[in-house]
Amino acid sequence: MTEAAVLAWRQYRLERRLFWRNPSAAFFNFLLPLLFLAFFGAAFHSNPKELKIIVPGIASMAVMSTTFTALAFNMTFLREQGVLKRIRGTPIPGISYLLGIAGNAITNTALQIVIITVAGKVFFGTGWPREWVELVLFVVFGVVCFASLGVAFSHAIPNFDSAPAYVNAVFLPVVAISGVFFDTKHSPAFMKGIAAALPLYHLIAGLSGAMVSGTTLSHNISDLGVIAVWAVLGILLAVRGFSWEQRRS
Amino acid sequence: MIRSVSETAIDVRGLRKSYANFEAVRGIDFQVRRGEVFGLLGPNGAGKTTTVEILEGYRERSAGEVSVLGFDPGRRPRELRARVGIVLQSTGLYRHIRVREALAHFGSMYPHPRDVDEVIALVGLDGKEDATARTLSGGQLRRLDLGLALIGDPELIFLDEPTTGFDPAARRTAWDTIRSLRELGKTVLLTTHYLDEAQAIADRVAIIKDGRIAIEGAPSELGSNGGAARYRVAYRNGTGRMVEQETEDPTALLHELTGAALSRGERLEGLTVNRPTLEDVYLELTAEDAEEGGAPVADVPPLGGRRSRRQR
Repeated sequence: MTEAAVLAWRQYRLERRLFWRNPSAAFFNFLLPLLFLAFFGAAFHSNPKELKIIVPGIASMAVMSTTFTALAFNMTFLREQGVLKRIRGTPIPGISYLLGIAGNAITNTALQIVIITVAGKVFFGTGWPREWVELVLFVVFGVVCFASLGVAFSHAIPNFDSAPAYVNAVFLPVVAISGVFFDTKHSPAFMKGIAAALPLYHLIAGLSGAMVSGTTLSHNISDLGVIAVWAVLGILLAVRGFSWEQRRS
Repeated sequence: MIRSVSETAIDVRGLRKSYANFEAVRGIDFQVRRGEVFGLLGPNGAGKTTTVEILEGYRERSAGEVSVLGFDPGRRPRELRARVGIVLQSTGLYRHIRVREALAHFGSMYPHPRDVDEVIALVGLDGKEDATARTLSGGQLRRLDLGLALIGDPELIFLDEPTTGFDPAARRTAWDTIRSLRELGKTVLLTTHYLDEAQAIADRVAIIKDGRIAIEGAPSELGSNGGAARYRVAYRNGTGRMVEQETEDPTALLHELTGAALSRGERLEGLTVNRPTLEDVYLELTAEDAEEGGAPVADVPPLGGRRSRRQR
């Protein structure tokens, strides 16, 4: 058991080193959300109400991009390039390896939440988060949910070349409809209905309560429930279709 | 039973593997002794890789008994994975990992890894220690594959077409490395398309065809008596034309030819007698495939896909 934990830790350390060695990955993970934040911050700087929607919105998008998007890409790459198959032939337990990979993604999530929170306080005057426990709970549930959905989604991607198309076909519409950049109050009812069925909408609601409006956890408990349901579904699908080898089409 | 475990590294009996509508392996038996370099030869799609991947624990067998270092590879015990090194036909690696880093990291997964610098020297990657995988050439990556298979100091090494894509000099170096493994007492199971490779480094070979073992033995023996191929006797006849005859009994044929020539007062100009090589045996055994004229197909059929593609 301890040996499996040590191996997971070593794998995690390697993943971190390699992450920073790849400039394009580092860019998309850190600079892009900050650019979004800067862009919308500039656009709405005279309208603090809008800013209060943007900061938790970007934070929620960061959770999704660092887990769902990153893992859907990575798992497809590792599977199609045969890295998973190579790992499978070594004595490292599969769970240690996968924990190392997931830990890498989750570290990026945590870093981004910190960066966005600090940027919100320093540049946009949204203040420090009001409900820390709520913030941590929603981030943890969001991470588990979107990470498992990302792994599950990689099972549906046939090869690495088509991964960007598949991932963006999900990521962009979900981000657009769930109210990352605007208040869904103004959306038509059918759009609100679709958004409310998806987990990102509820993550935004939770983070907005925790970071900006200060609504308590008991008020947002149903949002946490929806995320949890998606997390269970994601875990089931992630485990079910898992393959250590490339698909031969 | 304990004796056979200690002397036999790999024991395969009645091995079968079926995909949805295609039987890739149709009853294979062979044993690999400890300390031996054993070669599996055969055309594409013959079942080599399927067989090896069952032994490596990647695939489940449909029938038969398989023992690798005394373990059932189908159960994928960790102890077995710690004692085996695998070079797959094609495997990727992290693009940004450095050579030394990769060897050290994979080494840390094993209970008794070899020294990283020693392995770097063994596979000839000196001077490339700090290069990232994406900057290595195909041949260098292949050598890193071999290094990663050896870093855990395995007793048994699987090499699936280890020198495909190598230039001639790199192949010789790889052969030397494989020979040095045998000197260390390691067991090697090798698949290859190259007959000279099998002849150069394998103690014994088995030729697989259509999921069965067509013939098995030492490369030199297969040529001389085990195979169906015959001796080839060539000479220039009285009219100056080259004549080639094949025979299973070269002594009798030579006696007849030389006797007749002497009695006519002629000489058999350019007389040669060729023992059939492994290549002759191989080509004869696998000739039907060539006649079918099929394009090379993937060694491992997609789940049930290969046959249907052929039938179409």
